[in-house]
Amino acid sequence: MSLNYCMKDDEVIYFMPEEVDHHSVKNIAAELDGLIDSGIARKIVFDMTNTSFMDSSGIGVIIGRAKKLKYFNDSSVAVRNTSDRVNMILKCAGIYRIVTKQ
Amino acid sequence: MKNNIINHISLSFDAISENEAFARMTVAFFMAQLNPTIDQVEDVKTAVSEAVTNAIIHGYEVFEDEDAIQHELCTHECIDKSQNHEIHETETNMKNSINNSTKKQVHMKCKYHGRELYVEISDDGVGIKDVAKAMEPLYTSKPQLERSGMGFSFMEAFMDELTVTSEPGHGTTVKMKKVL
Repeated sequence: MSLNYCMKDDEVIYFMPEEVDHHSVKNIAAELDGLIDSGIARKIVFDMTNTSFMDSSGIGVIIGRAKKLKYFNDSSVAVRNTSDRVNMILKCAGIYRIVTKQ
Repeated sequence: MKNNIINHISLSFDAISENEAFARMTVAFFMAQLNPTIDQVEDVKTAVSEAVTNAIIHGYEVFEDEDAIQHELCTHECIDKSQNHEIHETETNMKNSINNSTKKQVHMKCKYHGRELYVEISDDGVGIKDVAKAMEPLYTSKPQLERSGMGFSFMEAFMDELTVTSEPGHGTTVKMKKVL
């Protein structure tokens, strides 16, 4: 059993799957919400190394977690290792106004 | 020179999220016959993914989780929480209708004529009361499901033409076209 994330202090580095769509974000949201609600995570880095496809559901799950974390001090959400296409989608959707690009 | 070939496919599948990837792959394989660029395939896959997701989430109003069910019960049913029996019965009915969602289908038709690709995604679900409003950027009727409201914007951005036809109670049809 492999985990989709690893922790460093209160930061979770979440490895997004190859396809980020309405179906796969259900699990992503559930896992991250579990870590946030239990107080384990206050910072999220979405690592998109393996992501070759993303639709607007991906936008939704990233924004959803950013909204959740904004109630906590010293929280942050970042995205890294995006493909050119995923980067273009995030940029056009205005995500980089809310989330940092690492 | 074979540049006016016409080809059609037509299929229906259960309105479950597992089939979103299947729909993307289906259109990708169908349009592969036209030797598209990678970007063109990704554009069409994204647009189809948005349309199919809409049919599943909105067309058939499948509730995503317990919280959403409770939200619907409280806001739309206005049930007094002290009436436990009524709540139990309504919840059971709702869960049954969710379990029956596998009988609900999304219909996909793809066609190409020369270099023109047409995709039609339709459902027999609840329909849209105000199509213009639904298509406004960032509008979503389901913020509790973390919908970004960008589905139609994505479809418009990645395809050359988009028309949406719908009537409450009579399902929705999304027609898209891309010239490759």
